[in-house]
Amino acid sequence: MSDVPLSHILFVSTALFFIGMYGLFTRRNLITMLMSIELMLNSVNINFVAFNKYLFPQNLEGIFFTIFIITIAAAEAAIAIAIIINLYRSHQSIDVEDATELKF
Amino acid sequence: MSASAIIFYVIAAFLLGTGILAVTAKKIFRAAIWLLLSLVGIASLYFWMAVEFVAAVQIIVYVGGIVVLIIFSIFLTQQSGREMPGPSLQRIIFSLLAVVFGLAFTHKLIIDHGFDNAVSQPFKVAVSDIGLQMLSTTEHGYILPFEVVSMLLLAAMVGCIVIAMKSKQTTIPSPQNTEEN
Repeated sequence: MSDVPLSHILFVSTALFFIGMYGLFTRRNLITMLMSIELMLNSVNINFVAFNKYLFPQNLEGIFFTIFIITIAAAEAAIAIAIIINLYRSHQSIDVEDATELKF
Repeated sequence: MSASAIIFYVIAAFLLGTGILAVTAKKIFRAAIWLLLSLVGIASLYFWMAVEFVAAVQIIVYVGGIVVLIIFSIFLTQQSGREMPGPSLQRIIFSLLAVVFGLAFTHKLIIDHGFDNAVSQPFKVAVSDIGLQMLSTTEHGYILPFEVVSMLLLAAMVGCIVIAMKSKQTTIPSPQNTEEN
């Protein structure tokens, strides 16, 4: 386990974060944009656990941050899906280009 | 290269590949399944880092909760077999430019910083330690965020029900559904 340096784990999580960012930029469907946001949140969690393991193995702070982020991400996903379903009822579409009422 | 390093690179390739497929798949249901596989890959990375509790939480909350919620909302809102229209070429080019430059910049930062002194020490996370520190009221305890996050979950649950509740009076008139009302 000691022959994988910390920077390689950081490379993986950075690549996952930018994959999620690419999805957020190119997708125009609200559900797929939500999926990209979940990928980005997960890459941040990997960073927290890796830093905790490699730099401060006597503490548990990274584990707690990861658990709280997972909790808040679950609440965020539930709210987002409720909003998406409500938007679909009123607009018959969940494309972001169709929801333009608040755009000036 | 030891067996554990090989396992790490296999897990990394798996989760990055399924992540790319999750953001580029043409059919939305397949994108959800690729997202599920990517989240399983992240959970196996937690298992590799010997934090079994976080891996179990990841599988329960993400794979068992959020992905199922997403799949339900896909079935509620659109035809899952239909192909989504792809993004325009201009949008793909500029997104790729932003992503590649951001990735290169962050990798350069990580390489310059080095993290050479970071060696993998033995890292034992007992679930009893997590529970004791989570509910401890001393200086490094997490009892206050724990209580706050429980209120947040209650508020999110009530909010979801109120937002998604169907009521005839408060439907917003829009060009699509005024003719059927």
